[in-house]
Order: sequence, then structure tokens, then C-alpha cells
Amino acid sequence: MSAPVWQRRRAAAADVWRQFRTNRGALFGAAFIALLVLFSLIAPLLIDRDGLEVVTAAGGSLEPPSGEYWLGTDESGRSVMLLTLWGARVSLLVGFAATLLSVVVGTLVGVVSAHFGGWISAVLMRITDFFLVLPALVLAAVLMAVLPKSMWTVIMAIGVTSWPTTARLVRAQTLSVESRPYIERSKALGGGHTHVIGKHVLPSVLPLVFANTTLVVGGSIIAESTLAFLGMSGPEISWGSMLDRANQSGAVTAGAWWYLLPPGIAIVLVVLSFTLVGRGLETVLNPRLKGER
Amino acid sequence: MTTSPTDQHATDPDERRDGTSTVRYVAGKVGGALVSLVFVVALGFFLFRMIPGDPLVTMTRERPTDPEQLAHLRERLGLDRPVWQQFLDYTNGLLQGDFGTSYMYRRPVGDMIAERVWPTLLLVGTATVLAVLLGLWLGVRAAWRRGGTFDRTQTGIALALWSMPQFWLGLLLLIATQGVFPSRGMTSVDPPDGFVPQALDVAWHLTLPCLTLLLVIYAQYMLVMRSSLLEEMGADYLRTARAKGLRDDLVRRRHAVPNALLPTMTLIFLQFGMVVSGTVTVEAVFSWPGLGLLTYESLRGPDLPVLQGVFVILAGSVIVMNLLADLLYRVVDPRVRAS
Repeated sequence: MSAPVWQRRRAAAADVWRQFRTNRGALFGAAFIALLVLFSLIAPLLIDRDGLEVVTAAGGSLEPPSGEYWLGTDESGRSVMLLTLWGARVSLLVGFAATLLSVVVGTLVGVVSAHFGGWISAVLMRITDFFLVLPALVLAAVLMAVLPKSMWTVIMAIGVTSWPTTARLVRAQTLSVESRPYIERSKALGGGHTHVIGKHVLPSVLPLVFANTTLVVGGSIIAESTLAFLGMSGPEISWGSMLDRANQSGAVTAGAWWYLLPPGIAIVLVVLSFTLVGRGLETVLNPRLKGER
Repeated sequence: MTTSPTDQHATDPDERRDGTSTVRYVAGKVGGALVSLVFVVALGFFLFRMIPGDPLVTMTRERPTDPEQLAHLRERLGLDRPVWQQFLDYTNGLLQGDFGTSYMYRRPVGDMIAERVWPTLLLVGTATVLAVLLGLWLGVRAAWRRGGTFDRTQTGIALALWSMPQFWLGLLLLIATQGVFPSRGMTSVDPPDGFVPQALDVAWHLTLPCLTLLLVIYAQYMLVMRSSLLEEMGADYLRTARAKGLRDDLVRRRHAVPNALLPTMTLIFLQFGMVVSGTVTVEAVFSWPGLGLLTYESLRGPDLPVLQGVFVILAGSVIVMNLLADLLYRVVDPRVRAS
């Protein structure tokens, strides 16, 4: 209905992109993530699944890198390079899905608590504070221990333990938006809760949520790998489960660095990319940090 | 797990606004912590009742058991009684320090936890002290010459370490030092005689786990120290100090750093949750016989009573530490009290 609003928002987005572009680290991170996502989507077309199955893998056990296996083999003769490339799929999927869950819950709790105030806010913030101080990894691991182990329970366990920071951030932002006169005007003109939240609060809160989201993805990928290392994951191949198997199969004492390095470096690169993008976006979008960097 | 280095201090704007008295502040914080503790106890109970299937099946998986034995076991563990009564028994037990009996070892969970506390405290304590010292020193240097080579490389290294799974770092250190340091345990199989040789033996075993934990946690101290010093550096009193002719070094040591230290002090307590997560994986990698390794073993079992006990203890201590941080912040920073 209101074209000028969208014009203004498009202009603002273009402005953000122009500022974001000047941050080389963030730009590199964004490019790396984009390439990896693209690769993960087409991976089933490029990778021969037989090489991923224990029974059909052709190599010897824990072979060092050679012309045939560029990054050596794992304990059951599978190519480590193939496993690392394939592992990107689960690690990224879990990272994105857990983040989506966490951000949706966090935004909902934050907006509702700030908008309605009163006892609703008190109760929600009490719960948020509780989850904020709980050691998230321990809670997630306990959840995994009592639930059937699958990729979906991993996503759920990470999602339900990582939303409180988002909730806090969104609440603070919503409070500061709602204290502005135009919200009062909107309410005076008869704007209901849905109207105020949907038309005014969310559009101004979401950019910051988006910056926060990229940071949460990195955290979720680390959380996935840590849970997998503790044995709390589904049967799928992920970077974390590779490291768990490397540890369990004695690759460390055997000095099999080629089994340990690739998945770990992959995690570091991806998480670092997300962190750089998140920090880059934050500097652009958060007025408090302007000019600080 | 997902808290980024900078947003731990994100307090609500409306939390500071009203000038509540100290008594109300303390009562509020203590009350909040007590509610959280009750939540933890309740969560500890109900989480472990979510398990699909019969816990007795899990317990007796590897042993053939006749129905009579099963009935006896069920009665002894109180599993034949209504859930609310089990909950009352459980809270009653907790209050008396009774955490139940391990499925795997048939030992009281309380005893198993008690003997694991000291190794963890040794590891966490040493790593924290070293991390604070290292983090403060690097943070001050980075902020004072902001944007310089030192600042950029150090912030870069800290971010890289931040992006690393802790256990992977531990495994890397193990593989890089191949046999120079012991890879498991806290003492040699055949410990030497005498106090000093024994202490050295433990210190030798402590090196790698402590280094891993240190590298994981120092970054936060550094980044917080850096940003809080940067905030102070624009302050008028520093210009005054410079104007009266103090040397750069003295301005930093006597004026800027003491004020910037405050947020870092409370961070020691706030970071405890992160340290707890760190100990689980680091102790698992190095088989350091502490609470983290106990958590790891009970997860792998799964030995649910042990896991339940460890969960309540770890979560409870994080809550207590956060309460201490809140209280301490008010004591050490007069500005918070006055506002």
C-alpha cells in the first residue's frame, strides 16, 4: 500500500550494502559462506556416495595423504577429503536450522515481553534469565541423552538452549523503539497490537536481529560439533562426528593429523566467516557502534 | 554456547533506571537466583522423566534379569510410586546431599561427584588465573595502541581461537606435542614419593589441559578489557592527567586501567558457564578425572542418575557464580550504586 516506505527501505538496504562492502573481512566471509552453501546444495551431484559408506570404501585404514587420497583415509578406509566435503551439508544445515529456531523463539519472546510489559514481561524475562545463565552445552547434551539421537533432535537441543541472547537483544531494541512518539501516535489512531508490532516494531528491530543471527549460526555450528564429539549426534556425517570418530579410533595417538585437521579447519573457517560477517553487519546496523570498529 | 564476546553485558535499559536501595537490589538478585535454583532442580527431575521407555530396561540391558529382581529393583529405586511422590523424594534427597545411585557403578552419585570436584577446581582455577592475567595484559596493550599492528594481530588471533571448537584445540595440542606431555590422567601410573615430586607430576599432567582451557577463555577477557579501556580513553579525567604532564605509562597504569578493570572483574564470574562447557570437552580429551570427564562418561553410558546429579551441580554453581557477579558489580562500581 505504501510504496514510499519500500523505496526508503530499499535505499537503506543499498546504503548498508555500500558500507558493508568496505569491510574486507566481512566481504570475504560472505563470499566464502555463499560458495560453501552453493557447493553443499550440488554436492550430491558431484560426490559418489559409495565412497562414503564403510562397506564400499576402497582405501586402507588410516592411510596418510597420497596421490589417490589427497587427504588420506579414515579408520575404515574412506577418503577424508570426501568426508569433509560431504560433512559440510549436515554442519551447515544444523547450523542454519538451529539458528532459525533460536532466532524465531528469541524474537518472539523479546518482542512480546517488551510490547506487553507487566506480568507477562516479568515471567518471560525470568525464564530468559534462567536459560541465559544455564550452561547451554550441558543442557543440550542432557537433552540429547534423554531424547532419541537424530539430526532433528540436535537442531532442537541447540535451538532451545541458544535463544536467550536474541531475546534480550530484541527486548532492549523493542523497548527503545516503543518509547518513540510515532508509536504513541499510531496507538492513538487506533493501531492494535498486531499493527504496532508488525508495521513499526519488527521492521526496525529485524535488521539488528539479522546481524545477531549470523553470529548465532557460528555458535550453532560449534555447538553441533561439540555435541557430536560428546557422542550426542545422529548417524549422519558431520565435521563434529568425524572428529569424534577420529578421537575414538585412536587417530591422535597414531599421529593421523590428516584425519584431524580437515574437519577442524573447515569448522574454524566457516565459524570465522560467520563471525566476520556478523561483526561487519553489526558495525553498519548498530548506531551505537558507528565509527568504532 | 553462543554468547558472542561482546554482548554479555547487554543489560536492559530499564533495569538500571530506577534507583532501588541496596537491600532491595540484593533481595531481588538473591530471590531471582533462588527461583533459578528451584527451576534447575525441577528441570533436573522432569528432563529425566522424558526418557522414552523404561529406565530399568536401560539399566539391565547387558544383564539377564528375572521379573522378581526387576520388581525388587523398581521398588528400591522408587519407580513404582506416583511421579509427584518421586519428585518429593528426589528434592528431599537433594537437600540431604543424596543424589541417588549410579546405574553403572552402583555407587552413591554424591560420592562420585565429591571426589571429582578437586581436580576440576585445580584445572579451572589455574586456567582462569592465567587467562585473566594474559587477557588483561593483551587487552590493555591492544586498546592503548588501538588500530596498530599489535591490536590487529591480537584481535585476529583471539577471534580465530574463539571460532575453534575447544576439543579440537586440545586434540591438536596433543598431536603436535606427540608424547612430550602425558595424554591422559592427572598422575603417573606409578606416582613418585614425596610431596614436591608428586606436585610436579600433577603439574606436568596439568600443562596441556590447562593450556587448552586458557586459550579458549582468555579471548573474552582480552576483548572486554580492550573495549572497556577504549570507552575510558575518551574520558575527560585522562586529558586532565595528561595535561598536568604525567607520562603516558603512568596515565595508563594509575588512571585508565583501574577504571576499566571493573567490567572484567565481574566477567570472571559471568564466564563461569563457558568455563564449565570448556571443562567437559577438555577433560574428555585429556581424561582429566574431574566433573567434566564424569559428565562425558555419564553421557556415553548413559548413566542417568550421575548425569542428573552433575547437571544439577554444574547448573547450580553457574547460577551462584552469576549471583556473585551481580553483587560484586554493585560493590566495586560506585557508579552503578549511584545511578
